[in-house]
Parts: sequence; structure tokens; C-alpha cells
Amino acid sequence: MLTTLLHPTAGKIIINGFDPTKNQDETRKSFGIVFQDPSLDDELTAYENINFHGILYNVPNEIRQKRIKELLTIVELWEKKDLLVKTFSGGMKRRLEISRGLLHHPKIFFLDEPTLGLDPQTRNQIWQYIKKLNEQEGITIFFTTHYMEEADRIAQRIAIIDQGKIISQGTALELKTKTETKSLEDAFLALTGRKIREEEASGLDQMRMRRQVWLGGRR
Amino acid sequence: MRTIYVLWLRQLKRYLRSKSRIIGSLGQPILFLVALGFGFGPIFKKAGGGNYMEFLAPGIIAQGILFTSMFSGTEIIWDRQFGFLKETLVAPVSRLEIMIGRTLGGATIATFQGVIIFILSLFVGFKPTNIFSVIISLVIMFLMSLLFTGLGTAIASTLDDFQGFQLIMNFLVMPMFFLSGALFPLNGLPKTIDVISRLNPLTYGVDGLRTTLTGISHFGLGVDFLVLGLITFLILSLGSYLFSRIEV
Repeated sequence: MLTTLLHPTAGKIIINGFDPTKNQDETRKSFGIVFQDPSLDDELTAYENINFHGILYNVPNEIRQKRIKELLTIVELWEKKDLLVKTFSGGMKRRLEISRGLLHHPKIFFLDEPTLGLDPQTRNQIWQYIKKLNEQEGITIFFTTHYMEEADRIAQRIAIIDQGKIISQGTALELKTKTETKSLEDAFLALTGRKIREEEASGLDQMRMRRQVWLGGRR
Repeated sequence: MRTIYVLWLRQLKRYLRSKSRIIGSLGQPILFLVALGFGFGPIFKKAGGGNYMEFLAPGIIAQGILFTSMFSGTEIIWDRQFGFLKETLVAPVSRLEIMIGRTLGGATIATFQGVIIFILSLFVGFKPTNIFSVIISLVIMFLMSLLFTGLGTAIASTLDDFQGFQLIMNFLVMPMFFLSGALFPLNGLPKTIDVISRLNPLTYGVDGLRTTLTGISHFGLGVDFLVLGLITFLILSLGSYLFSRIEV
């Protein structure tokens, strides 16, 4: 819904001052996104993928070329820009998607479980890039994760979602104090209970397994 | 415009890069041309139908276009499965532009494929009668390509897995090809087959190509153009509508 792909049945959303249901294009320009599943074209090169994005978002050619080089250098893919994406590893694809999502200078950056299925080295590296980009660009990072320690370490504000509803929010410390637990993992369990959730898999990716939303504020 | 262009370019790049797809999609038409063309040639002549290769080649060109464009249209299922569709759908561009860009891309590829089959058919004995009408045949090829890419897009917009693709091939593409007059003349057919072939849009494409390439016509070029144009318009409108409703 935040990304204009689904229509809300009730309530109101404002993103960067725009209503996604009314000002669709302004909203879309305001955010960058990395989906849970890869959304790159495997048959194109890294450069073509990111350039394609720039054209769709109407970034003027001169700025686009400069920015592509800048972003691909940060995520250490500039040397590999002419390779087909299908030859990339999972971590490389993620890095490319992150740099792509930032190309059009978004104000908000959505990351849907950006580190899912990656090894610890790659996970760490990805968070370093995100932090670095966050500091350089001064944008709000909005991410979801199942890894409590990631949320504890990175997010400034955290919201815990269970069965599709936000059941608690605050800083990691606030959540831990409130539930009188030592780790965020325990706080999470205290809030949501120990019963394993058996959600029915819906056809819509957005809804899939999304139980926690972590909010990171402007740094 | 830039959106349409960049999506068109993407389809082309994908096509030109997958050599196996180009060769694979040419294999079947060549087999049909050679096996059926030479196989049925003598009997066709005996029955007073004239040169079968002349008759068959436009039908096989139409087949190549049909298969390639339906495949391009249904590529949406792939893009959906592998997530690329989402990237275009959250971009600040209209769905109509996305649909137009994709369809033009698919149609360009299919026309190109049709031209290749035409050139190949020259090597197995096909001789177009008039060089100028070959140019008109290109227009028909492009119109057909648009029509079937649009049809593929429309159908693929309502499907969400690969299984549906096989269903389209077996229950739509194959019957359309076999009942279009691509392989046999439409004269003196049983009533049912005659009605079905008249309802089949490919029939008019085949007839248009045969008229322009060999001079043999069943409906006349005017009817062919009118029917093709009208159906293309309807299918593209339907496709745009269905595509605009996709939720990913």
C-alpha cells in the first residue's frame, strides 16, 4: 500500500506529503525500494538495469551517468557493471538493487527483508552500505526483518507487527524496558507469544510473512 | 515516450541475446516448411492445387509470427515470477506506457522473426510474385504481431503461474494455427471447420500474407486488413485494461 501497488480498504497514508492513492506518481518518485525477491532483469547487465531505472524515473542523462558511477562505486560493483546480472551472486544482486533504488534521490528507502538468505559476511557488508548511504544521502530507511539483532543494532524506532497489526512500537531500549527483557528477541516473544504463527500464504508478495516492521529514523 | 522506448529496447536486447531462443523458434517453422512442403507437394499438385510450397510459405510465416508474439506477450508471467515486473510497476510511469512499450517490443521481434522465415523460405523454393507487395506483406506481419502480442499480454495478465502457459499453447495457439488455412485451402471445408476458421483472426493474417506474397486470395486484401485492424484494436484495448489491473 505504501508503494502504491495495493489499494487500502480503509484509513489514510501520507508519504513525503503525498497520498499514494491520489498522487501516485509523486509518491512513487519519493521512495526507493528493494523488494524481498530480486527484481532485476537477469538478461541485462548491471549497468543496463540501473540505467533503465534512471530512464523510467526520468533522471536527466548527465546526472544519471554521474550518479550511477557514484552509487555503483559505493557498493563495489562499478568494475562489474558490464556483466550480465545472471552471473551475479545473491549478495551482488542485492547490492545492485540497493544502489538502483537510490538512483533517483528518494526521500524514503523501503527495504523488504534485505538480508534474507544471505550469509553473515554479506549481511554485514549490506548494512554497512546502507548505513553509509543513509548518512551520505540523509534519507529515511524503512526496513522489515526477521532478525532481531539486526533491528536492535540498526533501527532507531521499531514497530512490531503481529497478524497484520502493529502491536507495539518504540526504540529497542523502550521495548526491552517495557517487557522487562534483556534482548529484543525476548521482548518480541513476550509481546507476540510463543505460539508459531501459521499464516496462510497469500498470493500477494507484500503480505507474505511480514510480521515485523522496523523503522529507522533520519540520521 | 522514453518509457515506451526503453521497454521496447529491453525486449529487443533480451531477444538478441538469447541465441537459443532465436534458433529454437526458427526450428519448428523450418521443419514444417521442409517436411510438409516437400511431403505434400506431389499430392497437392495432383489434386490440382498447384505449387504447395507457394501455398504453404505464407502460412508458415504466419505461424512463426503467431508463436513468437504469443510467447513475447506471455513473458509477463516470467517477469512477474522473477520480480522484474514490480520494478516497472512502482516507477512513476503509467501502466499504459509500460504495456505499449512491451507490446511494441514483442511485435518488433515477431515481425523480425517473420522476415527471417520469409528469407529462409526463399531457399526451399518459395518465389513471391511481386516485389512491391512484399512491402505490404510487412505491414500485415506487423499488424499480426501486434495482435498476438496483445493477446498474449491480455491472457498472461490474468494468469499467475507457468502452468497456464501450457494450456494456452495447447488450447489456443495450436488450434489457431491448424484451423487458419495456413496448411490447407479454405475452399469446400465442412461447415464447422469453415465457421471456426472464419472466427480465427490468424486466418485473415494468413490470407493477407498469401495475397500479397503469391496473389492467391480467399477474402480479398481489404477484408483482411479491416478484420485484422479491428481485432488488433480490440485486443490491445482489452490487454491494456487487464494489464492495468494486475496486482503483484
